[in-house]
Amino acid sequence: MYDFAYQKPGSLADAVSVLSGDMEAKALAGGQTFIPVLKQRLNKPSTVVDLAGLGLSGITVSGDVITIGAMTRHADIASNADIKAKIPGLAHQASLIGDEAVRHRGTMGGSLANNDPAACYPSALLALGGTIKTDRRTIAADDFFQGMFTTALDQGEIITSIDLPIPEKSAYEKFRNPASRYAIVGVFVAKFASGVRLAITGASQGGVFRHTEMEKALSANFAPDAIAGIVTPADGLNGDIHASAEYRAHLIGVISKRAVAKAA
Amino acid sequence: MAQVTLTVNGKQHTVEVEGRTLLVELLREKLGLTGTHIGCDTSQCGACVVHIDGMSVKSCTQLALQADGANILTIEGLAEADGTLHPMQEMFREHHALQCGFCTPGMVMTAVDLVQSHPEGLSEKEIREGLEGNLCRCTGYHNIVKAIAAAHPLMHAQAAE
Repeated sequence: MYDFAYQKPGSLADAVSVLSGDMEAKALAGGQTFIPVLKQRLNKPSTVVDLAGLGLSGITVSGDVITIGAMTRHADIASNADIKAKIPGLAHQASLIGDEAVRHRGTMGGSLANNDPAACYPSALLALGGTIKTDRRTIAADDFFQGMFTTALDQGEIITSIDLPIPEKSAYEKFRNPASRYAIVGVFVAKFASGVRLAITGASQGGVFRHTEMEKALSANFAPDAIAGIVTPADGLNGDIHASAEYRAHLIGVISKRAVAKAA
Repeated sequence: MAQVTLTVNGKQHTVEVEGRTLLVELLREKLGLTGTHIGCDTSQCGACVVHIDGMSVKSCTQLALQADGANILTIEGLAEADGTLHPMQEMFREHHALQCGFCTPGMVMTAVDLVQSHPEGLSEKEIREGLEGNLCRCTGYHNIVKAIAAAHPLMHAQAAE
């Protein structure tokens, strides 16, 4: 690992100021992706800005929305009674990330800001139609994810919390790589009074995406059979040593049906 | 260089470290606590698991400076001062839950957190799932699972005293 300066600001304004004033400075949330990246020398920050002193963790319910602080750990999301009761798909999803020690450190905000194409949370945010609050604005999930490892965040912009509307039903199903535990295909489905949203992670070269054809069919009939005939083309899907694009295309159908069966 | 002050196994230390110094490097190289092992150095094997403020964490995936003010427990801090083994260590011995022993410190630290956080009991499946972040290259999982199951009532009986 290359050396760097380390700072742990005590206020959001200070953290934004350090990160905005230095293009080579990087934010550190839980570090469960970022520290391995530093070890591989894939990144060489001048300064690492630890966000742990900003008071950004916590889970609150207000009306139809659950608000999760950006620095809330996966383990806390997986075990939170409100999330388990109101968005069970999200609690289950968090319980499948990495392993217990990783879940004790990794954060929701860190994962979303990184937007790994095989990360789990982007599918929940997109399927739930959530919004991301930053130090300066609010960004809708549909606008936030802009392709592999790319988001709408500006240099120095820090996620402070995530608002997730509470659906009638939700579920997450993940076909995971047995070694890395990342999603080969992960499907989050959320049923609202206004319709169904279904988002897929791990499969596409462009990162997380909504499967609008499945959403339409499921909005008419929320049952696995409603999407049984839908074929997902392999174009634009990831192919690697773990799974070909064609296999991922097939898995999208299978895993989506399982997710709907679980939620329904 | 920067200073980090932390409590390790009940004793406070102030240590000079670089920004990039990992917690496991601080423990092994600065404090001489070599019971915590570096196995894969890629966050997968769990040989480096320690407790930070009571929670199992991979100390190879944590900067030393992030642990400023934290309370760290390593494998060296588990047994009592007179050498009496922690129930988990005793059950690992009893059930021969190790072959080469390299993964053992991380296994024990993960197991202690797993048992402490599940006072209601642990099924074999839950124990196996709880160990998913710890790899044993001797594939000695079976006896490790038995040891953890045996340690559960002992640890909770001790906690209730």
